[in-house]
Amino acid sequence: VSTDVEDLLRDLAPQVLGALVRRHGDFDSCEDAVQDALVAAALQWPAEGLPDNPKGWLITVASRRWIEIWRNETARRRREQTAAAQAAELEPFDAVDDTLTLLMLCCHPSLRPASQVALTLRAVGGLSTVEIARAFLVPEKTVGQRISRAKERIKASGAQFRMPPAAERPERIVTVLRVLYLIFNEGYTASSGSALHRVELTSEAIRLTRQLHDRVPEDGEATGLLALMLLTDARRPARTRPDGALIPLAEQDRGRWDAQAIAEGVALITWSLANAAIGPYQLQAAIAAIHDEASRYEDTDWRQILGLYELLDRVAPGPMVTLNRIVALAMVRGPAVGLEQLGVAESDPALAGHHRVHAVRAHLLDMAGDGEAARAHYRLAARRTLSVPERRYLESRAARLSPAAPA
Amino acid sequence: VKYLILIHSNPASRAIWESFSDEQRAEGFAYYAALDDDLVASGELIASEALADPSLGTRLPMRDDRAAPDGPFAEAKEHLAGFFLIDCESRERALEIAARVPEADLGLVEVRPILNYNGPDM
Repeated sequence: VSTDVEDLLRDLAPQVLGALVRRHGDFDSCEDAVQDALVAAALQWPAEGLPDNPKGWLITVASRRWIEIWRNETARRRREQTAAAQAAELEPFDAVDDTLTLLMLCCHPSLRPASQVALTLRAVGGLSTVEIARAFLVPEKTVGQRISRAKERIKASGAQFRMPPAAERPERIVTVLRVLYLIFNEGYTASSGSALHRVELTSEAIRLTRQLHDRVPEDGEATGLLALMLLTDARRPARTRPDGALIPLAEQDRGRWDAQAIAEGVALITWSLANAAIGPYQLQAAIAAIHDEASRYEDTDWRQILGLYELLDRVAPGPMVTLNRIVALAMVRGPAVGLEQLGVAESDPALAGHHRVHAVRAHLLDMAGDGEAARAHYRLAARRTLSVPERRYLESRAARLSPAAPA
Repeated sequence: VKYLILIHSNPASRAIWESFSDEQRAEGFAYYAALDDDLVASGELIASEALADPSLGTRLPMRDDRAAPDGPFAEAKEHLAGFFLIDCESRERALEIAARVPEADLGLVEVRPILNYNGPDM
């Protein structure tokens, strides 16, 4: 399938689904019908050319498919058929934008994160179960099960395909943002050849977050998350070597960063910091922006980064925020101060024995000139991380510090 | 996060199994099948298999077209008997699933996280 057709189908997917659900009522079977229509289009359009009205074509095919599904269902339980479906059929298709309603339904709080992610990617993102399975490196059956379970839960919870009351919306948007960030992070990998034919989850997360931001442009955290994704993803071309090894921020060729994405991210975060209530995504985006705006690593404004981490520590404290704040502190006031605070932070049970504590300690010891101790902690960190690229990076740091290594 | 739940077997667990009546063994199989079904339904199961007897295993390298005799596993008191490969939300959830394996009470169940390819910023 050519990318143009693919992009078009993904953009149309939530619109077609929204139109169908408003006409027929049942989210579960409508979602299945839309999937079938998308598959049919992906096969036909590249060969026969685009129809004059692609959205209308999809709605017609999906509707026909829905009626088939519905007939099969009613044949089975003819007597208990509801009048709801027929009544809803009288409503005309209109140009209502359902993306936000759909996002909130797919990220319903009654669902587990893995189900929220799978359902969002399929119903709003227009991805197939196979594509989602490949992206997450799990079997297709597992993803299919997560989706059907999610739909059952939605049904059981009594959630409707309509905008939640205004009072609930901010909270529901927070859940949507968390799901989108999960998708982004899942895609933020450092794999080489095997990534072929896999959907780029980071791009998909950015696309969906952009759609959300378009619907709630005044929401500071939605703006902040979009900025954070753009500012992080902008460094992707420079963050891995051709052999898949990670390149640390300090050694990246900044000329390869995506200047356009950085400009957009900076504009978004600048607007939101000045106009919206502050939140954790905005603060993280602001930190990313400071890194991205330094043309050389030595020019990084660590003082400002430290201030932002201190703020983040108050707004949304967490073990990783603590560690990042300590690194920033060490960059401003020296490794000794950082090591001292690391010793205190370690007493938090969430951090005790965590590989990142060893990695940070190794980095600070390295800064302080204690190569031997740094090497030992890099090795410990390498053994305890769950990330293959990170382990490789930490092992190579340790090797560089070994007495036999060339200076 | 993906986890491998390893189920080991030892003389004590084998003795218990062998002491079972046919009905008890049937119950045992049904219990495992139900655990499998639950994990399929929750969308957490990637794969689960039981392994053949270690006497059928081959330890490499082969010498003279034959495996090295007395491979360490064949005579070992404890060996791998089966596994669940799951993808679940947290370590706590993985431990909760592993605790449902009957051998857990005998200290024969181990939960190991699987490495991923996420590339955090350094």
